Amino acid sequence: MSTQTPALRLEGIVKTFPGVRALDGVSFSVMPGEVHALMGENGAGKSTLMKVLGGIYQPDEGQIFIAEDATVMSSPLQAKSKGVVFIHQELSLADELSVAENIYLGELPRKSLGRVDWEKLYAQTDDILKTLNVGFNARTKVGDLSIANQQMVEIARALTVEPRAVIFDEPTASLTDAEKVVLFEVIADLQSRDVGVIYISHRMEEIFKITDRISVLRDGQYRGTLNTKETNEEEVTQLMIGRKLDLSRNEMTHSLGPVALEVRNLSCGKLFENVSFTVREGEVVGFYGLVGAGRTEIAETIFGLREPSGGEILLDGEGVTVHSPADAIARGISLVPEDRKGQGLVLGMNCRDNMTLPQVDDMTAGPFVSDGAEIAIFDQYRDKLDIRTPGWRQMVGNLSGGNQQKIVIGKWLSMHPKVLIVDEPTRGIDVGSKSEIHNLIRELAAQGYAVIVISSEMPEVLHVSDRIVAMYAGKVTREFTAAEVTEDGLIQAISGL
Amino acid sequence: MAELTKKSIGGFLAKQGILVAFLVFMVVFAIANPRFIDIDNISGVIRSSAILGVMALGVTFVVIGGNLDLSVGSMMSFSTIVVLDLHDKIGPALAIPGMFAMTLCLGAFIGFLVGYLKLNSLIVTLGMLSAIHGLTLTYSGGQNMDIADKQNTWFDFFGQGSMLGIPVPILIFALLAAGLSLVLSKTPFGRKVYAVGGNGTAATFSGIPRARVVFMTYILSSFCVATAGLIQASRSLGSQNTVGQGLELEVLAAVILGGASLLGGSGTVFKTVIGVLILGFIQNGLLLMGLAFYAQYVVTWVIIILAVWLDIAAKRGRLWSPIA
Repeated sequence: MSTQTPALRLEGIVKTFPGVRALDGVSFSVMPGEVHALMGENGAGKSTLMKVLGGIYQPDEGQIFIAEDATVMSSPLQAKSKGVVFIHQELSLADELSVAENIYLGELPRKSLGRVDWEKLYAQTDDILKTLNVGFNARTKVGDLSIANQQMVEIARALTVEPRAVIFDEPTASLTDAEKVVLFEVIADLQSRDVGVIYISHRMEEIFKITDRISVLRDGQYRGTLNTKETNEEEVTQLMIGRKLDLSRNEMTHSLGPVALEVRNLSCGKLFENVSFTVREGEVVGFYGLVGAGRTEIAETIFGLREPSGGEILLDGEGVTVHSPADAIARGISLVPEDRKGQGLVLGMNCRDNMTLPQVDDMTAGPFVSDGAEIAIFDQYRDKLDIRTPGWRQMVGNLSGGNQQKIVIGKWLSMHPKVLIVDEPTRGIDVGSKSEIHNLIRELAAQGYAVIVISSEMPEVLHVSDRIVAMYAGKVTREFTAAEVTEDGLIQAISGL
Repeated sequence: MAELTKKSIGGFLAKQGILVAFLVFMVVFAIANPRFIDIDNISGVIRSSAILGVMALGVTFVVIGGNLDLSVGSMMSFSTIVVLDLHDKIGPALAIPGMFAMTLCLGAFIGFLVGYLKLNSLIVTLGMLSAIHGLTLTYSGGQNMDIADKQNTWFDFFGQGSMLGIPVPILIFALLAAGLSLVLSKTPFGRKVYAVGGNGTAATFSGIPRARVVFMTYILSSFCVATAGLIQASRSLGSQNTVGQGLELEVLAAVILGGASLLGGSGTVFKTVIGVLILGFIQNGLLLMGLAFYAQYVVTWVIIILAVWLDIAAKRGRLWSPIA
């Protein structure tokens, strides 16, 4: 392989954004016929790197070589014309158009007078679809296809050119097992045509199944390339996070108080049904399950964002109805939402104003908001949570993910809730902040808060929870105590087995 | 140290760009025509900007809250006609609160549609622009409205009077601007307006009743429109049905010129006042340079486009950015 020229080579790519060095001299190469995994934590620079490769961003330094020709990628279309094609995680298809139109969007075959040559369009498309072995044809409307089939359309789109390199960004995120098999066949087929494949994924088992080499990014820097056959998950993880993340099992160290929150047979349409559980003061209850299992929806119902279709919510043993977030807040329930930027923060507002937003009505002196009272709260939680910001006037949009998350946590802690619900507390934040937030959750429990942690990361759930509620397809399948839980048992419970 | 100073000047320019542009512009026009900075001219410009300015104050709240209000022009015609009509029927002391009540009802109706029925504000207020115009014509029967006895009424005070040597319209504009500036920057309500316009979902997740906040911004806007209508009616003591026609765009231009983002979440009352004054002085300056008054329609358009473009360019860090 070493004598071949790489299909694609990146050399010393640097890309900076105001305040952030997103890519810091990244180099790596993909050989023809190779499946090359690109791994790294959220925020490690994978997406930025791919945007540079796709011509969406221009690198500040460094060069891209296609078959050893230095190339400047100026736009996604140009990247495609050079044979570099992307299969995006978020599909970018026009639902109302046919499969064929989507595949040849922007380059429809023409007849005289600029008329579209529909015959040719459909024939060409069906030729490509045949190689992919799919159950739909060129005339099918994209909006009628399943997500997996839409992904196949994206792949078909990539095959309209002779690709040199195809980049898959988390392609299996929304695929069923059967669909994955088809995808892997397509990748194997690309491989046999000497196409270089870059495969971005967090899923270790896939990586080890289909890739030849693994390159790792961390904090925007290239951390090395491993031969898949000669390495193991542990080595890759260590390379990704730089140091070992403390994810030992939680061992309870304090005693629990009375039940703070009880949920009985709570249902919300088909999102979740007959869910019952309790959370005691001083206890962390982890909710574990796959995306779509209904965990976030339960949190949103307790917080008054959804109307339950049945069941009861009891706070301190008393039945309550919660019609709005304002109701929930008044009753001492706080929710740190899953989508920090979309739901948690007003990015164009400063740190202090974001933090005091839910209680701004109570911070007045006369008719006006009291600067002093607000700054006092901000200072208190900045120190308590170790939020690193130049000052309260800083726009939260300029902070790192970890510090943004701490602002959201501070915002809800300063409300002194009885029940704190934290949805995906460490999504998209760096390892250091991750363990700080884990410690914080444990500390809060020790101080007597009743805490619910919703997470899709098993190590995280195991690390912080006293009890774990496993969910599958809208139902609670099992409940484990920290002492009895096993990884296998947990996996079974969330797979509906 | 030198670099630091340079940097902070750059930062100041970026932050107060609109103010700097305003001053540069004033100097250029003053050199071109010394009459431009004549105290009478300046006072005249501010006085004629007062009506536009008062309306722009309310629209600032609506825009920061993430919505639009294109109905203010025809709503102002409505207020003017109503207060003139009521003046002769029930006397000025009752006509003024009567007109305010009716105008606030219109604002409440718009606020209800946009806030509680969650309809698109562009469509709602564009529709209301037309509907209120129809309402005004129905009310007046299409006739111009005049006060019968123009000599013997104190009603001319709001448009023509002066206190402490300051024309009352300017006084009203200044006081309202100061008051609303406090409301926007210092009260919980003002904070919520920014939150709702900046990120409505996050506002909901923080327990803020979004619909009510949006509703209140339209109430405020209609209050400002009623005030503007009062000044207009009092100034001329008679009016056509179309007195406010086209003002909605000038108001929006002033608000955007002041730097409020059309996406919501940013802007201040002070900046809007600057935007109003820039617009007023540019139009005045061009008149003094001998341009026909109708050229100002084109100039207003150019100013809006330039303001929006420069605003976006400053955010993106480049002037040229095609849709891609």
